[in-house]
Amino acid sequence: MTVGPPAREVPSSDEGGGWRSWGVTAIFLVPAAVFLIVWIVYPTVYTIIRSFFGRDGFNNFVGIDNFKAIFTTSVLTTAIKNNAIWLGVVPALVTAIGLIFAVLTERIRWSVAFKTAVFMPMAISLFATGVIWRLMDQKDPNKGTLNAVIGVVHDAFSPPGPLSNAAPSTPSIVGSPQTGLVLKTPIAPGKVVRLGLTAIPPEDVPSGAKQAVQPPPKPGEIDGVVWRDFKPGGGVPGKVEKGELALPNVTVNLRDSSGKTVQSATTDDKGDFAFKDVKGSGYKVAIGADTFRQPFAGVDWLGSQLITPSIIIAYIWVWAGFAMVVIAAGLAAIPRETLEAARTDGGSEWQVFRRVTVPLLAPVLSVVFITMLINVLKVFDIVLSVAPGSTQTDANVIALAMWRTSFGGVNDFGLGSAIAVFLFVLVIPVLALNVRRFRREV
Amino acid sequence: MAEVAAQQPIVVPDPSDTVAARIIRIAGKLPVNLFLAAIGLVWLVPTIGLFLSSLLAPNDFNSKGWWQIISKPSVATWANYSNLWNSTDIPHSLVTTAEIAIGGTVFPILVAALAGYAFAWLEFPGRDWLFVVVIGLLVVPLQMALIPMFSLYNKLGIFDTVISLVLFHTAFGLPFAIFLLRNFFIGIPKDILESARIDGASEVRIFSRLILPLGLPAIASLAIFQFLWTWNDLLVALTFARNTQPVTVAIYTNLRQFGSNIDIIAPASFLSLVIPLAVFFAFQRYFVQGLLAGSVK
Repeated sequence: MTVGPPAREVPSSDEGGGWRSWGVTAIFLVPAAVFLIVWIVYPTVYTIIRSFFGRDGFNNFVGIDNFKAIFTTSVLTTAIKNNAIWLGVVPALVTAIGLIFAVLTERIRWSVAFKTAVFMPMAISLFATGVIWRLMDQKDPNKGTLNAVIGVVHDAFSPPGPLSNAAPSTPSIVGSPQTGLVLKTPIAPGKVVRLGLTAIPPEDVPSGAKQAVQPPPKPGEIDGVVWRDFKPGGGVPGKVEKGELALPNVTVNLRDSSGKTVQSATTDDKGDFAFKDVKGSGYKVAIGADTFRQPFAGVDWLGSQLITPSIIIAYIWVWAGFAMVVIAAGLAAIPRETLEAARTDGGSEWQVFRRVTVPLLAPVLSVVFITMLINVLKVFDIVLSVAPGSTQTDANVIALAMWRTSFGGVNDFGLGSAIAVFLFVLVIPVLALNVRRFRREV
Repeated sequence: MAEVAAQQPIVVPDPSDTVAARIIRIAGKLPVNLFLAAIGLVWLVPTIGLFLSSLLAPNDFNSKGWWQIISKPSVATWANYSNLWNSTDIPHSLVTTAEIAIGGTVFPILVAALAGYAFAWLEFPGRDWLFVVVIGLLVVPLQMALIPMFSLYNKLGIFDTVISLVLFHTAFGLPFAIFLLRNFFIGIPKDILESARIDGASEVRIFSRLILPLGLPAIASLAIFQFLWTWNDLLVALTFARNTQPVTVAIYTNLRQFGSNIDIIAPASFLSLVIPLAVFFAFQRYFVQGLLAGSVK
């Protein structure tokens, strides 16, 4: 009797005879015992034994082959690697975020509203959470909330160019839209340059564009025209023809022989631009890369590279509230005088937090951390609903691998049992912790 | 206490409590308020986004995100919901979910209350040892039971039934429920039980007339947990059900064509989370209490 609470002695009601008292105890215990034995104990033993047999059943003993397969099959090693990432990142992050929120909510008047908002996702199933975040994570910035927000910031710092689709119409212009387009031959004052571009869809032509006009040459100036060198039914590339539209508002740079930009000009509604007071020769005319900058295309959150981080974000959205509420309760239990005393002794807010609050909260923080360790080991539904079919293998985790191996088409109960046993072995240290904590508490 | 008393005189003539000082104090708190407001918004937006997405006709959804409703409320329509109601099996699956959740809440609590009482107040050999075993079972992943129960359910002929799911949830809800209730029951004053026993009340009577009413707060928080857990389950239903689809599984089968089925997925997901959210808001206090009492699961 190692864990018995010593102070609590219930008088045994033996008066009706031992059997009657046994019968009463049985009424209370048997239902639970039946459930626990049939649904948990028996299956656990069965699964452990099953894990040493092959796919075909109990006539096919394979020793530890299934366990070897866990560490050699690439699908399963991916799952283990991903789960390791989850274990390394999520419990620490959730605990830290919960701590920050819990401490900060003490400083606002509307802490109840804030806690409710952050805690609310706890009521939503992890599966529905996955659906919610799959919507958020859509790649197209027009549809996915996350990319829409990033797109707004992105376009504010580097706006898309007026011509995101364009290509030179003749080989006399070299370079690419990414680096900017440059006229191959050097130019001297008194000349006129023609910068013809094609592959521009009609909706990309700036509004207000008129018929392109090639300007006349002027002494001391380099003049030129930027236009859409295309007209329905053909035309001669490199020649400004009737029916071809100007490209206004395009920035054209004049570079000297060392490649330095010495002048910039913007085209007017006829597509014309002019560099005045140009001396010497060997100049090159270029349209900068800014003009061709693509609009924000969206981060591929659901692609194979980012799928695990994306699911982790959704998961943290759910569990941060749990951590916050548990830690806030712990925080409320810290005597105010302790904190006040530390402040009166001249501790800064940070020092008080670091040296007093956190150490006093250590037991609560470890409860949150351990709870999250177990939760993360068993993570399943959210992976299934965030990850599209195409990247589900990249996002695989142990619990999902167990299900897919056993029921999702492979139907290998031997290997599936081995994965379940592996998962069980991983949580046993936590079991030990729980039992130890219970013994201390009672 | 002495310190508090010593500080009191300072409060009344506080010279720093001028309007300017007050403004400085409020301004000093502004960053925290703004930061937490932003965080709060981040936490609310995804759910709101799902709801507004569920109001978009498929064509509108495919052109622009849910925020188009804010600038142009006229695009919102209940059409997806009426379609869902009239021409899909989502309503039926919601009923199935409710059956599973109610059964999966009532059964484990009943069974666990009996056992919790025995562990708390009945004397039998090996009691504490057995309770340690129950705590041990708390962390057995339910993955350990999927394969054997899959075979057993098939043999018994109860595969793909609501009752098979309820029984599974009952069993895996028990360790936590027994743990929580036993710890709560033990806190009930011994005198009350003693005097009832002296008055000749049977254990069954004590349990039903004394323990259950007194244990109501713990039972309430447990009920909320178990309800949310079973309502939100996907894994168990996906394994043991084919045609008996709760709403999570019904949505899952639509998930393969996420883009083209969004007019089913979004409203169905929203409906599936309305009831847990309502339960959560109605019983938030019990939920938090339960969480604090046993954040071990």
